[in-house]
Amino acid sequence: MNLFYFSSPATFYRLAGWMAPWFFALALLLGIAGMYYGFAVAPTDAVQGEVYRVIFIHVPAAWMSMFLYFVMAVYSGVSLSFNTRLGAMMARAIAPTGAMMTFVALWTGAFWGRPTWGTYWAWDARMTSELVLLFLYFGYIALSNAFDDPRRGDRAAALLALIGLVNLPIIYFSVHWWNTLHQGSSVKLTGTTMHVAMLTAMLLMTFSFWMYSIATALTRVRSIILERERRTRWVREL
Amino acid sequence: MSAAALGSYPGGFAWAFSRDFRIAWRNPGETVLVIAFFVLVASLFPLGVGAESRLLERIGPGVIWVCALLAAFLSLPQMFATDYADGSLEQMTLSAHPMIGWVSGKIAAHWIMTGLPLTVLSPLLALQYGLQADTLLVLAAALAIGTPILSLLGAACSALTLGARGGGMLLALLALPLFVPVLIFGAGAAEAQASGLSPSAQLSLLGAGLIVATMALPAAVCVAIRIALD
Repeated sequence: MNLFYFSSPATFYRLAGWMAPWFFALALLLGIAGMYYGFAVAPTDAVQGEVYRVIFIHVPAAWMSMFLYFVMAVYSGVSLSFNTRLGAMMARAIAPTGAMMTFVALWTGAFWGRPTWGTYWAWDARMTSELVLLFLYFGYIALSNAFDDPRRGDRAAALLALIGLVNLPIIYFSVHWWNTLHQGSSVKLTGTTMHVAMLTAMLLMTFSFWMYSIATALTRVRSIILERERRTRWVREL
Repeated sequence: MSAAALGSYPGGFAWAFSRDFRIAWRNPGETVLVIAFFVLVASLFPLGVGAESRLLERIGPGVIWVCALLAAFLSLPQMFATDYADGSLEQMTLSAHPMIGWVSGKIAAHWIMTGLPLTVLSPLLALQYGLQADTLLVLAAALAIGTPILSLLGAACSALTLGARGGGMLLALLALPLFVPVLIFGAGAAEAQASGLSPSAQLSLLGAGLIVATMALPAAVCVAIRIALD
């Protein structure tokens, strides 16, 4: 079968409709398992007590906020360089979920910071750059909807996503470059300083968030396709 | 046919630079407005937070940087919008000169008309805030390196919003978050100097940012203009 078969909105519409429920189901299953591990199996932290359990939402959301921006930028780059329609639609469909993940990471971080650091917010490098990421998502969404011609919005927003990509390494390495309030990562490829049950719960939640993001992006891209192609014959025949 | 008629990077740069500079020179109102805005907003802060000299010395570098950022931002919509509206941007795209040449020339002219006056004026404002002489020099140096980055980033954002709905606010939403790193390192350089540390780390980072921005952003502006003229 031709690999580009699904790069046509008409065929991808059907594929996305078939895949989205599966990804929602996976997200739910992984989320239930992650919650079980996080709240029932993982031990209480010796220093922070029970409040550390925010980590099972906070860290996956923060990872996803950066990862989704990267995926969005890749789709944007593909749509700009090959002038594809579907790539730009996918980038548009990812942006709201990415903005939501960024918001969740900031919000849960504030609730975690209050009991442990004694403050909801600090102007620390990582938080500031995550806040900038939130505004980049908002800017992307605003710019992509600011034109009467949707293709024009696609292209302009795609270029903006690529320019904003510079912020990602700044967020990721901020805790290594500057010695600030936010702690460094406890999870590395070479091993971890976390309890096994905590790590399991965190990874399960991360995969759950990932599957959820895919499912929402697929659902959203379906409505974008319908809106854009509303004058075509295949949509009328639906 | 002579080499100039074929078009070249320096030729396009010089043409666009001298054109924009001449336009600004003959209508000095806009440049004066930007400078007046900069001085006015910087003078509002002591009235708002109180004129205690130690507090002013502490917040001075940050306030002057934020004012410079807003002043640079205010002049952005004019960069391409008027040329886009009357069709001369399209004519420039059709000219023999490579696009990146005249785009760089326009950006350089924008900096000469906004960033440079702000940099030159900043020591005067810094004196109003009671900054030490060495801090004042570091602040001016940071502005001299940082404001070109603002012009480059701003050019990309202003080209992206050509023909968009809700121009001004949209431009703010796009440009101001991208300005944040410049603000942090620029104000950080002066603050490091004021607290007895070496500002060289922040100035080096700003310099590195300027090099990367000069290499990458004019090309991005070209792509954005092509998208706008499509």
